Amino acid sequence: MSEPSTATAHRPGGSGLPWAWFGVAPFFLFAVLFLILPTAFLIVGAFQTADGEFTLANIRDLTHPSIVAAYRISIEISAASAIGGAIVGALLAYAAVGGGLPSWIRPTLMTFSGVASNFAGVPLAFAFLATLGRTGLVTWALSNWLGFNLYATGFNLLSFLGLTLTYLYFQIPLMVLILTPALDGLKKEWREASQILGASTFQYWRWIGLPVLWPSLLGATLLLFANAFGAVATAYALTGSSLNIVTILLYAQIRGDVLHNQNLGYALALGMILITGVSNVAYIWLRGRAERWSR
Amino acid sequence: MKKSTFGPWLAMILGAAYFLIPLIGTLEFSMRMKRGEYSFEAYKVVLGDPRFQESFSYSVVLALVTIAIGVLLVVPTAYWVQLRLPKLRPVVEFVTLLPLVIPAIVIVFGYLRMYNSQSWLPLTDSRRGTDLLLAFGYVTLALPYMYRSVDTGLRAIDVRTLTEAAESLGAGWATILFKVIFPNIRSAILSGAFLTFAIVIGEFTFAALLDRPAFGPYLQLVGANRAYEPAALAIIAFVVTWACMGLIQVFGAARGTGSKS
Repeated sequence: MSEPSTATAHRPGGSGLPWAWFGVAPFFLFAVLFLILPTAFLIVGAFQTADGEFTLANIRDLTHPSIVAAYRISIEISAASAIGGAIVGALLAYAAVGGGLPSWIRPTLMTFSGVASNFAGVPLAFAFLATLGRTGLVTWALSNWLGFNLYATGFNLLSFLGLTLTYLYFQIPLMVLILTPALDGLKKEWREASQILGASTFQYWRWIGLPVLWPSLLGATLLLFANAFGAVATAYALTGSSLNIVTILLYAQIRGDVLHNQNLGYALALGMILITGVSNVAYIWLRGRAERWSR
Repeated sequence: MKKSTFGPWLAMILGAAYFLIPLIGTLEFSMRMKRGEYSFEAYKVVLGDPRFQESFSYSVVLALVTIAIGVLLVVPTAYWVQLRLPKLRPVVEFVTLLPLVIPAIVIVFGYLRMYNSQSWLPLTDSRRGTDLLLAFGYVTLALPYMYRSVDTGLRAIDVRTLTEAAESLGAGWATILFKVIFPNIRSAILSGAFLTFAIVIGEFTFAALLDRPAFGPYLQLVGANRAYEPAALAIIAFVVTWACMGLIQVFGAARGTGSKS
């Protein structure tokens, strides 16, 4: 396949390298100006006093109980919606890929997942308020038809459970979209071979299916986690500022310096980058492991 | 051996219920504005609101600007990497994935620190400058999707042969890019563009923190102050998202039949 003669013929004289690099210069200039430098500015600011001197005080101040609580609630909601989304999404994807359902199910599910995973933010909050809010359709139907008062059980949409339930609306479809290709990679022959050797369904999953799938499953869960962790609009439109999660705290800090220390705000952002960064690096590493089987 | 399809059907039905009930609930709620009867009153109120029209058209224009900048940035880069700098591919891919790693609120926080009125490039000083900064921010948000879409399109065509054929006919680089490469990956560019549109049209965080009158902040404002209009707006937003995804499918299918040439 390689054609060395044409590849070398393209290089004008000996100045090949600088010319070639010139072609990607706008992209890297853009990335540096609008992605890397702004983030770097915050990271540097996290280690500075208001006068620009080096300090670790901002990092230490992150241990303030209200900030720790904000991180904790954010991590809990993101983890709950990621794990819930991963389990339900995996089951749905498996039902569509290997469940023996009619063939129109799969493209329908994929298209709908594409829409629903992008239906986030403020409109999603409205949809759940109209459905599970105090005057929402489901709340009304439950009390009218079943005599079950949802809000008497202590349920509140503007809470941990409510926000997790709302996040699942984009988390489940995202899981379906990510996991379906991985499920396609489970070869039919493996299942048939295991059955010929006398393996039960449980044994198939325990010794073949899950060992092959787990990097994809875990990786996708981490991606879902980062996805929920950085979300602002849904939570803000749903709860205003009544729920103390870290993105809402940061939003309030940017708007009005509620922490009374600009540099502590930068440290808050640094903490978020670290958390989403670690889960994404782990995702990329796991994806590399998962791809070994798809060759 | 016939497998039972009871479990898969149950999963699908429960899944469909979870996803359809909020839509039905929202639709029902949006039609309750007039007491005692269902009507489209809330939609009439929303669509007739001048601030709706202003913020929606502002966001549409911003989305188009974002798509234009994004395409002009991503297509030449992906083309060039594929043709001349394949070694650079992992680096470029890593950069395009960064917006998924760094939360949007952190990126915009960085903008406010870096481009404020006392900085070396005070973009936030003027309205036009802030609009531009917002568009650049949206280009970064859409970068992972735009790049992946364009890169997939480029892999499906023979970039090298097309380039050499064009060069041997005397085409310059601009002709190659705009008359040869662009038309060949049109459907990939369009799917990236529609996805970008779906992301930009209702985006809240960037627009609110840069204080621009976009559709996202308008939605939030209505949500905080009105009862039935938010539900109508949610339905409208859902229809827009659905339209974008549907158009991606349409153009994706067109690529399937047209790629034989």
